[in-house]
Amino acid sequence: MEILKKISAGLQQGDDKKVFTLTSQAIQEKIPPKEILEKALIGGMKIVGEKFKIHEIFLPDVLLAAKAMSAGMRLLEPFFIKEGIPTLGKVVIGTVQGDLHDIGKNLVSVMLTGAGFEVIDLGSNVTPEKFIETAKQENAPVIGMSALLTTTMPVMGSVVELLKQEGLNGRIKTIVGGAPVSEEFAQKIGADAYGYDSTNAVESVKKLLNKT
Amino acid sequence: MENLIQRLKRGKILVSDGGVGTMLMELGLKPGDAPESFNILHPEVVEKIAALYLEAGADIITTNTFGGSPLRLSFYSLEDKTEEINRNAVLSARKAIANRAYISASCGPSGRFLKPHGDIEPEQMYDSFQRQIKVLVASGVDIICVETMTDLREAELAIKAAKTVAVSTPVIATMTFDSTPRGFYTMMGVSIEKAASGLEKAGADVIGSNCGTGIEDMIGTAREFKKQSKLPLIMQPNAGIPTTQGGKPVYPETPEFMAEKAKELISIGVSIVGGCCGTTPEHIRAIREMVEQQNQSGKA
Repeated sequence: MEILKKISAGLQQGDDKKVFTLTSQAIQEKIPPKEILEKALIGGMKIVGEKFKIHEIFLPDVLLAAKAMSAGMRLLEPFFIKEGIPTLGKVVIGTVQGDLHDIGKNLVSVMLTGAGFEVIDLGSNVTPEKFIETAKQENAPVIGMSALLTTTMPVMGSVVELLKQEGLNGRIKTIVGGAPVSEEFAQKIGADAYGYDSTNAVESVKKLLNKT
Repeated sequence: MENLIQRLKRGKILVSDGGVGTMLMELGLKPGDAPESFNILHPEVVEKIAALYLEAGADIITTNTFGGSPLRLSFYSLEDKTEEINRNAVLSARKAIANRAYISASCGPSGRFLKPHGDIEPEQMYDSFQRQIKVLVASGVDIICVETMTDLREAELAIKAAKTVAVSTPVIATMTFDSTPRGFYTMMGVSIEKAASGLEKAGADVIGSNCGTGIEDMIGTAREFKKQSKLPLIMQPNAGIPTTQGGKPVYPETPEFMAEKAKELISIGVSIVGGCCGTTPEHIRAIREMVEQQNQSGKA
């Protein structure tokens, strides 16, 4: 459908006004909201993610695309009140305690939302208890943790350890990422997955939830 | 002391200092604490780092004010202490080095994004840098160093604030680039070509790059800068990409390795060579020795 392509193109240009106008037009044309969400918004963000990965576009473009996506989402939300917005699942995300660096975490948050996950973003300086409490309350199957400082990385291990103590490991899965974090580190602390970059993080979360 | 710009014009190669944040961590900075809080709580540590770099042979000593703008300090709810933090940093540096080196006032990114990508108005960003720089200049710095920038607009606002507060104080401006298959770009997508012309137009006297992935990428960055600008250049690479051993970051590039590679920076025409994260007084000492040899042979 032509209009869905136009919405996707507007999103890729980071044009929130265009996405807003075209999405309301698509709704008036009785295109199923689920189709608008999946084909135009999520489809558009997927292309943004791919271009970002190969350095064809940069962080500012992604941030604008995310804004444009939420402009469209606002219009679609009323249609999903009964059954809720169809999502791939909930992810609780945050930068770990002692660390205030949130650019990478925000990017992963944008990409997960763009891929169709419901993201509960706890911000930065998040304690292990807060991660777990929120995941339990929200019934979220995944906790995503970010750290930029080598000195705060051990907090990720504490979250994994606490989950074990509460017998929640396996039911709540963990994924870690951030500049100093590596695959080996993730394995060492017993995290369920590692996200190399924002696109890879989305793929890893999909794998954790068998959504690939 | 002779003005920095005059000295560079005479063809003198200068050495700037190495990492401050990573040294603070070595000397007791706890994760999650503002590095600038040491200016109030542990001025003796701040003095010590400056003294170590002076002793290693640095001509330029950077103040511990990288995150000293009120916008950045607000991450730690320390914005009300902007004046005290920046003043103390300069006083500590001055106490340690007197007039034996230039004191360069570090002004790092605000940590916030300008509209439309974030929620900060340009005026707000400008005011934040201006408030920090006023204190730095009043406390008696020799150079303003706008550094580690990834957004050109933010860098330009900081340079303009510096030139408005103190028109005759030299301004160094550096940005941080990633090496991509399509060339060097900052996280915000700024090319070296755009950076060089933007920083110069905004009023910077010395331009270049800091932080990043190590000295080898810095050589490529320097080449590109040289093509784009006639201004004196500064390059301050990290000591490579760190790995963690026993919970501590370990930077792979040794003082010898960096000093050897830094020769190439000088042959490209870089005027000031120093270090960033992971570089230590030992790195600066090795670079100093190399530069000494180069300055000698230059005279001969």
